[in-house]
Amino acid sequence: MNDDNLPELTPLDPAFITTSRIATALGLLPFVIGAGVLEFARLLPPGSFLVPMLLIYGFVAYTVPARKYRHWGYDMGTDRLRVVRGYMFYSDTIVPFGRIQHIDVDQGPIDRRYGLAKLTVHTAGNHNSTVALPGLAHTNALAMREAIRAAIRQEML
Amino acid sequence: MNEISDAPTEVTAQHGERLHISGLFIGFVSGLPQLLFPLLAAVFGARKSDNPALIPIMIAAVLAISLFFRWLGWRRFRYHVGADDIRVEKGILNRTARSIPYDRIQDVSIEQKLLARMMGLSEVKFETGGGDGDDATLRFVTLEEANRLRALIRARKAGEVVAQDVPHMAEPADAETIFAMDDQRVFILGIYSFSLVIFAVLGGLAQQFDFLLPFEFWDFKRWAGLAEESGVSVNTLNGVGITGHLILAFGAFTSLIFIGFATGIVRTFLREYGFRLTQTTKGFRRQRGLFTLTDVVMPTHRVQAAVVQTGPIRKRRGWHSLKFVSLAQDSKEESNYVAAPLATLDELWRISKAAGIAAPDGDERLRKGAALHWVIQWFLFVPPLLIAVGALVIFAHAPLAPTLLPLLLLIIVALLLLLDWRRYRFGLDDQQIYLRRGWWRQKLTIAPQLKVQSVEITQGPFARRYGLASLKFGIAGGTLEMVALPLSTAQAIRAAVMEKVAAVAYSAINQSH
Repeated sequence: MNDDNLPELTPLDPAFITTSRIATALGLLPFVIGAGVLEFARLLPPGSFLVPMLLIYGFVAYTVPARKYRHWGYDMGTDRLRVVRGYMFYSDTIVPFGRIQHIDVDQGPIDRRYGLAKLTVHTAGNHNSTVALPGLAHTNALAMREAIRAAIRQEML
Repeated sequence: MNEISDAPTEVTAQHGERLHISGLFIGFVSGLPQLLFPLLAAVFGARKSDNPALIPIMIAAVLAISLFFRWLGWRRFRYHVGADDIRVEKGILNRTARSIPYDRIQDVSIEQKLLARMMGLSEVKFETGGGDGDDATLRFVTLEEANRLRALIRARKAGEVVAQDVPHMAEPADAETIFAMDDQRVFILGIYSFSLVIFAVLGGLAQQFDFLLPFEFWDFKRWAGLAEESGVSVNTLNGVGITGHLILAFGAFTSLIFIGFATGIVRTFLREYGFRLTQTTKGFRRQRGLFTLTDVVMPTHRVQAAVVQTGPIRKRRGWHSLKFVSLAQDSKEESNYVAAPLATLDELWRISKAAGIAAPDGDERLRKGAALHWVIQWFLFVPPLLIAVGALVIFAHAPLAPTLLPLLLLIIVALLLLLDWRRYRFGLDDQQIYLRRGWWRQKLTIAPQLKVQSVEITQGPFARRYGLASLKFGIAGGTLEMVALPLSTAQAIRAAVMEKVAAVAYSAINQSH
């Protein structure tokens, strides 16, 4: 999805695959437990709940994060940030540094274990008032924040 | 009144101004409906006792208590105009002290409701643009004081050094009226504002308060009985013949239409009477209203986009409306600043030019959207409808012929999509973005490229297959989305806009000149 006059996208940190696998696996665990309970109740022939559930679970929690990772990308320009994501629902956003109101760097518990962080920039627009970029190495996210801040400060002068 | 201390670190009881004492009375009168239940309770409580004189005493007591607390509240309310902020201190038991820095005050609005206007008082609101509406309100001060406060804050915000005594300026000397509506214009607008909302309101009221009515509101037999008492019976109605029926139906229809127009005209007069838009050095100032006068200022630099709207009928007469998009909210109903409710295009472009937004001059090369986009949308309607029809035939054993009727929907949807496609245009020139859409409420949005906050290209699964994309612009206070563009066009437009935007800092465009 790259056109010629735009620079190559930087991929996210590969550890993002692991962290989003863990997050999805934890998030979907209640469904697996539910299927296990139904299985235990012996309503239908053995395996009719648990087997399809485990297949879906494996696909969503293992394969999907790797695919998602492949479709994420960003480009840190001198005066703008570009964030690209999604395949089915593709989205390609550019935020000029000059329009950024404030910047967040978030780190959840899973992120912290793998040294990742999420960078979020806020604009005054109603659409895209926040643009989030997850799966960055923490040091990298901090460096990007400093770069954006420096760019904004320079503009103010 | 005009004292401004140098270091107002804290507002004490000696510092600051009180509100006007007459405001107590206004608050008391407008607060009477809230006293309804305490009063009812008092009356019912007193009814049990034997002494009939107790009832008026109880009523007087409730009113007196209410007045007393209002007076306490008034006594404990102070506002203070400091060097860097406005301070408001209030509360009878729970004291709150609020400081509103001048930097954060977006606007000062003055409102005069009917009662206040009769007493020469007004309500002053300091708007900070924070999410919660209740920033700070002075209820009530004299109109002079309100104007003084507004002038003072404007001057502070502009960074001017303010002398001890700010002249009472009700009307800045440099104000120039750029748009006004006379009674005839308001009347025309009223005709276009045809509305049957009154029936909804009456119906709602009847439902809410039907326990107060001595009869069942929805009991048609009773209505028929009432009619019979006054000499009209169902039989006489049936006897009037087909012409009579037609005349009756026509009469009912005409009165419905009449009520619709009357509602529209009355509502419009209440809101828009004496509409006047003036341009001052600080921005646009709009005054309007019959009983409730409003006076709202919109700084020019805060205008993010212009929206020109019209309808299929009023367009024939050349009438359009103009609104400005901004972060500030005009009122609860209108999120955009209404600059001209009913104006000719000439008048309208003059106003928008004053806001730094130029009329389309042909350079913008308005383009049509790819028809495929609308075709895809139509096809998205087909599967759900086919499934619904199929389910009806199979599970409900419905006969095939009447079930095909929903397929008429497909034709209606196709017509609507066709109309939408025909009206839709997008384009851009060196400075601005243009977007026209809507065949009933026809809307043209013009945004200066410099005010764009972010740009996003999106593709759904179907659009992707055919190389189409949408282009969404983030604008403060509004949205602007171009659809049905070839991906390459979307990328080209984005690149062009970004070149403009990235070169200028947000803080630079948000300064007043």
